[in-house]
Amino acid sequence: MNLRLTHTCIYVLDQERAFDFYVNKLGFKLNTDAKNGDFRWLTVNPPDQPDLEISLMAVKESHAMDKETVDALKMLVRKGTFGFGAFHSANVYAAYEEMKAKGVVFKAPPKKEFYGVSCVFSDDSGNWFSLTESEPGK
Amino acid sequence: MDAYPKAYLYARIMKAKLFIDAHFAEPIDVEAISGEAAFSKFHFIREFRTIYGRTPREHLSLCRVERAKDLLAEGAQVLDACLAVGFRSLSSFSRSFKRATGSTPAAFREAAVERKEKGRAQPLAFVPDCFSGAHGLKPE
Repeated sequence: MNLRLTHTCIYVLDQERAFDFYVNKLGFKLNTDAKNGDFRWLTVNPPDQPDLEISLMAVKESHAMDKETVDALKMLVRKGTFGFGAFHSANVYAAYEEMKAKGVVFKAPPKKEFYGVSCVFSDDSGNWFSLTESEPGK
Repeated sequence: MDAYPKAYLYARIMKAKLFIDAHFAEPIDVEAISGEAAFSKFHFIREFRTIYGRTPREHLSLCRVERAKDLLAEGAQVLDACLAVGFRSLSSFSRSFKRATGSTPAAFREAAVERKEKGRAQPLAFVPDCFSGAHGLKPE
């Protein structure tokens, strides 16, 4: 079957702020910014993964989400409920210093774990991610 | 200062990298950058490469090429993009651009501008059906 992940979705509270976070702070590249009426398809990708589109999906009332869903989802996003994934870095310490200098909020500095070195950060909406550097062979 | 091994080292090298990121369009050189990090030139190059997987000069070239890609995608002429990002000659720009992207600046520009125009004319062409369908949108 050879399935490959090509698109994924992160719920964000404001697409402009999210664009600034993922592009200017994390160093991602803008992939697509297409508007159709109120709908904005805004995707970014990590610089070395041009075929992985991450959709920065606005949490707002639409055909897909009624008001009740929007209110619930906004509350969950703000609360930090969602950990949408883990990022790998060749050097977590350097990445940590740079991201911190650019205003990214971390739970704590990088720490050695059994699988490597790891830390956790949040995006501007409240979603959290792991940032990890693997031990060789793990 | 955060308490993890060599925190001071990473902070200094990172600051030098941010200096390159901010000033790549200017005629900077490695001596100036290593001075910002308070290292000798050779020590700086070695530590930079260990941390970032490329030398400061390679990173400088990459920053310039990345910015050139943005300018070309907006429709800038090749020579204008070359000079705007800090390359001093079209030949060195073209060589660095092709090495980094696999494409000539002109070919990249043509493909990027065409993609952008298609995005304006048919925005839903770039949206997977499962997403556009969920939002009640139908391609024209």
